[in-house]
Amino acid sequence: MKKKPTTVAFRGTKEQEEKLLAVIEKHKDEMGKMMPILQEAQEIYGYLPIEVQKIIARETGVSLEEIYGIISFYAQFKLNPDGEVAIAVCLGTACYVKGAGELIEAIEQELSITSGSTSADGKFSLEATRCIGACGLAPVLTVNGEVYGRLTKKDIPGILAKYKA
Amino acid sequence: MIEKISSVAALNAAREAHINDVAMRVGTNAAVGKIRKHILICGGTGCTSSGSTVLRTALEAELAAKGIADEIKIVTTGCFGLCALGPIVIVYPEGTFYSMVKVEDIAEIVESHLIGGTVVERLEYREKGNHTVTSLNDMTFYKKQQRVALHNCGVIDPENITEYIARDGYQALAKVLTSMTREDVVQCMLDSGLRGRGGAGFPTGLKWKFAMGSTGKKYVACNADEGDPGAFMDRSVLEGDPHALIEAMAIAGFAIGADEGYVYVRAEYPIAIQRLQIAIDQAKEAGLLGENILGTGFNFNMSLRFGAGAFVCGEETALMTSIEGNRGEPRPRPPFPAVKGLFGKPTVLNNVETYANIPQIILKGPQWFSSMGTEKSKGTKVFALGGKITNTGLVEVPMGTTLREVIEEIGGGIPNGKKFKAAQTGGPSGGCIPAHLIDTPIDYDNLIAIGSMMGSGGLIVMDEDNCMVDIARFFLEFTVDESCGKCTPCRIGTRRLLEILDKIIAGNGEMEDLDRLEELSNYIKSASLCGLGQTAPNPVLSTLRYFRDEYVAHIVDKKCPAGVCKKLTNYTIVKDQCIGCGVCAKQCPVGAISRTDYVAPGKKLAAMEIDPAKCVKCGACVASCRFKAIVKG
Repeated sequence: MKKKPTTVAFRGTKEQEEKLLAVIEKHKDEMGKMMPILQEAQEIYGYLPIEVQKIIARETGVSLEEIYGIISFYAQFKLNPDGEVAIAVCLGTACYVKGAGELIEAIEQELSITSGSTSADGKFSLEATRCIGACGLAPVLTVNGEVYGRLTKKDIPGILAKYKA
Repeated sequence: MIEKISSVAALNAAREAHINDVAMRVGTNAAVGKIRKHILICGGTGCTSSGSTVLRTALEAELAAKGIADEIKIVTTGCFGLCALGPIVIVYPEGTFYSMVKVEDIAEIVESHLIGGTVVERLEYREKGNHTVTSLNDMTFYKKQQRVALHNCGVIDPENITEYIARDGYQALAKVLTSMTREDVVQCMLDSGLRGRGGAGFPTGLKWKFAMGSTGKKYVACNADEGDPGAFMDRSVLEGDPHALIEAMAIAGFAIGADEGYVYVRAEYPIAIQRLQIAIDQAKEAGLLGENILGTGFNFNMSLRFGAGAFVCGEETALMTSIEGNRGEPRPRPPFPAVKGLFGKPTVLNNVETYANIPQIILKGPQWFSSMGTEKSKGTKVFALGGKITNTGLVEVPMGTTLREVIEEIGGGIPNGKKFKAAQTGGPSGGCIPAHLIDTPIDYDNLIAIGSMMGSGGLIVMDEDNCMVDIARFFLEFTVDESCGKCTPCRIGTRRLLEILDKIIAGNGEMEDLDRLEELSNYIKSASLCGLGQTAPNPVLSTLRYFRDEYVAHIVDKKCPAGVCKKLTNYTIVKDQCIGCGVCAKQCPVGAISRTDYVAPGKKLAAMEIDPAKCVKCGACVASCRFKAIVKG
């Protein structure tokens, strides 16, 4: 999946930076430290914009290019912040054969956004995820972590209505 | 507070002290003290997603309100396997199986069953034929299963080390440390015939033997980066029986001479990560991980590393590159990990399910294990049943069980009276097994012979409504996304395959494309660096082998027989069945349906028709027609 740098302005705080420096300090002598550092940095900021990458590069001595290379390689690392309402539709095989593709289309139509992007006002984001393992409830989507299962495209407007207010 | 267990005698004492804690659930003992019933709530990902956490809170409150909190023990367990019916609640000693339990049902279960002694029949699981099932062993779903890797899943509380110890936990480690040599352990693995459950099926004992022969610092690693879409076997073991993995990795450490272990687990599995971390912490506190384990002088430590959503990291060399903190790209082999693995040191890497078998092989002996299964595939295999099947969930069967037994008997067949078309095993690396091969005994070699592979155990069932060209495209799109880009055949080859499939699905295919697909597939298979590329064309090759007629229908007739590929699907109204109610026209989002002049015999209103030029093929009309007058094809 291609990753595009964000257009949303960086709003990192002093507290977040202090937390990040503590994380780097904790891991700096570990073998294979970069993955845990990036994972915990994303927990702090919600995504990994260039500003955060620069801090990590400065503190660890690893080049910015190498850090960006790792971030762009793994699907979990985000260059874009989530919307206030983050929707994720599972596209694992079990969900796919039960019509997850139609769910995505329905959400795209309803919200006028495309999969993998955030709406202009920062309110909604939509992504297609790998199998989240709830195959028994296929097809499944999550909204801010809350799971909705056994869906058809007819359920979409009702679910979205709850978050539009 | 967990007591320190610093000798084998202390381990045995802990087992004796806690054996009655779980006895009620395994049918060996009745009540202990005031506790007269155990109520088990499934805490696997499937049931948690359907709301099992709030059930526990509600149950605790209700028991307290009725003043019987000290008579009933609530246990959150790992997966029971029958995820389609979650949340699942089981009451012991009687073994009553409640399915799809809601918070509103809790009061009734407490009042009627736990206090009054009368089972709540309306919540009891019923199989086809409508007879009520009283216990797990009566259920067809469980009868044919043989649970080895899953033997503690759904029985013990995975967050409580004493329940694991009560079930002979850490006894295998004790046996290995006190009465076996490293060579004995490796020989035991070789004799058992255990093969890697991650997909390729390499003999585990052989892997250990190679690593044992290397010198210097060594590592033990576990592949818990279960990346196949539709597979959740390893997750269930991690969630339901995490100590089995810890014990097995320590045994592997002893056998090859390593004192450090890494588990590489998917970040997408939060519950599994949490339980595994709790288990590691408890094992450390009890002294079953760390220095001088059980007073034998053996040291072993473990830590977790989280995957970050890259499928290729399920490949062993890529996984190790990722633990080292880099882009997870594979490395050429040789050197094999047993010689030069993690951080350049000899490493044994096995998958979660492989490890889950090991403590029992040590305790019950290699002959016990090799008595199950087929000639070359020993033991059992866990499958994640998904797709168009009644009993979605997790099943463990002896190797050599036929696909028919798994799908029709354990899986309860295909829902909605549809016809079985194919089963897909091995995920994006595997292939489709068509209906005429449904009696094939499942083992490593049979599956490869028919063009699929065991893979990690995802088993997705498809019915007549699934288009096999579309399925091949689905897997290819996955591989194109996940190809790491290091080697050209995989990076560019899979993309070209996908383009050809897109062309066919769009109705622009030519018969020559089928030859091109085959030729290119064979190049990719033979020239790619790692397992991802070498197996990526399998979904295309196997669908071409068994469902060539569907490809031909897309190319020559410009039709998608299953009605999935939109550009090749048309909706039409059968005029003689249409009563002219007009509901479909109201549902149509683009106004493509209008009334004709034709009134069918016996009907009062003129029939409707669809303008193919305006139709966007959304299918809303089909869903709205109560008279089945609209067909696609």
